Amino acid sequence: MSNAIVFGSYVPGNSPLHRLDPRAKLFLCITYVILVFFANGLATCLWLILALLATIIASQVSFKMYWRGIRPLAWIILLTVAFQVLFSTGGPVYWQWGFISVTRDGLLNSLIIFFRFMVIITASTVLTATTTTLRIADALTWFMQPLKVIKVPVNQITLMISIALRFIPTIMNEAVKIANAQRSRGMNLDEGNIVKRLMRMIPILIPLFVDSFKRAEELATAMEARGYDPEAPRTHYRQLDWHGRDTVSMVALLVVAVVLFGLRIFI
Amino acid sequence: MPEIKLTDVSFSYLNRKEPALAKLNLTIPDGSFTAIVGHTGSGKSTLVSLIDGLIKPAAGTITVGTTSVGTDSKKTELAKLRQHVGFVFQFPEQQLFAETVEKDIAFGPENLGWSEEKVKAAVHNALVQVGLNAELASRSPFMLSGGQMRRVAIAGVLAMQPEVLILDEPTAGLDAQSTAQLMDLVDHLHRDGRTILLITHQMEQVARFADQVVVMNHGRLMVDTTPEKLFSDSRLLAANHLDQPAAVRMSQQLQEKGIDLPLTLTIKQLSEQLAPRLGGKE
Repeated sequence: MSNAIVFGSYVPGNSPLHRLDPRAKLFLCITYVILVFFANGLATCLWLILALLATIIASQVSFKMYWRGIRPLAWIILLTVAFQVLFSTGGPVYWQWGFISVTRDGLLNSLIIFFRFMVIITASTVLTATTTTLRIADALTWFMQPLKVIKVPVNQITLMISIALRFIPTIMNEAVKIANAQRSRGMNLDEGNIVKRLMRMIPILIPLFVDSFKRAEELATAMEARGYDPEAPRTHYRQLDWHGRDTVSMVALLVVAVVLFGLRIFI
Repeated sequence: MPEIKLTDVSFSYLNRKEPALAKLNLTIPDGSFTAIVGHTGSGKSTLVSLIDGLIKPAAGTITVGTTSVGTDSKKTELAKLRQHVGFVFQFPEQQLFAETVEKDIAFGPENLGWSEEKVKAAVHNALVQVGLNAELASRSPFMLSGGQMRRVAIAGVLAMQPEVLILDEPTAGLDAQSTAQLMDLVDHLHRDGRTILLITHQMEQVARFADQVVVMNHGRLMVDTTPEKLFSDSRLLAANHLDQPAAVRMSQQLQEKGIDLPLTLTIKQLSEQLAPRLGGKE
């Protein structure tokens, strides 16, 4: 159960990346993910890996934490890569059995997909490891402000996102506690076939739902008691400040992008 | 009947540097009423979770009766501990899930693989033990009052007839009357020969019921003693942020005024000491 919590979890620290404005980090991360799809050859891929390595080192988070982030997704990655190898066609055929074949293009495609998966997951882990979820939500709110013009209830949406993010660890703890209570009443989670195992989730899920509804109602009452008005303009306790270092990070991103397209054109 | 013995037990949670428990040695004799005290985060809950086999020690061994677990024990061995031990969690009413009170209480006994009649008898007995009306058996547990829900949850643990009963702050959030009833039930279960482990912040409960008291602080066992010795040592109490029960405070204040009194733990003991001196009768 502890492994599930690790993926996308914040690692406290005071590295240059931790201090960066969340808007800058979110923008960097999204742009980087888009850039990954422009990498088409060895040189461009290596260049993007180099840039990612630099940010990993700047984040001062151990490689072990990143590995823990990738591990739960290893099966999905392997499965996708296997599909690419076996079912795509084109180029010289190395091995064939019925409609399954290993071709040169298949191998190349699978390599590129493997690269994209690893790099994108690692890049988003850099973001979540150095930024608390609430800060990411703040950044998201800021990016969504223009949508107000077309009457999107941005404040309500972001409040919902922040509350959802805020209660993930709380509900996780609650789930562990209830599971322990039922285990101490003789429930064995690790025995029997998959149907039996799923049936055993009922004594955990029902209390968890009941508790979450109760919590939601209490939270709503507490918010109303303190005069929450969804229409009112909001101020923020956590202010977003753009510093020189954030501008520097944007310039660095620009350099990465220019070099990437340079490599694409000239090599 | 089981004796509980912990030898050099350590435990750490993931992502936390300080160990939750460090090199803990403790023996809880069979049939004792042991209170575990200490402020929040001192390792009380970790200690009882280890005794119930919910988590595995990082070092050391835990023995309950004839079952023993260590660092390389399998999950099935940990599950064996739970057959002797019943655990009433904090706010146990949160774990209710079944459509009826009866089905919820039967959950534990059914997991033990008992026959239908045995389960039925156990459910009935548990309902009587916690003082709930048998009519409630067919009601939904979610329709009951908070106090009743807690009693149903406790009945769900008692129905498994554990020889050792762990209670983690069972009276938190209850009114005075329900608290008194619940503590009477726990006292009664103890007199029936069960070993009781009670985590509590109420020093009055420690003074009145416990015969052994364990003080935890920052994952370490500070002292393992009797309530009499603990409450007469005001320096030890202060070092662990513990209060004295009212009767202890009053008898000490009287002693300071020069009145010759033995240390009294409960109001009842104190009044028995004072009443004759003031010329009153029983």
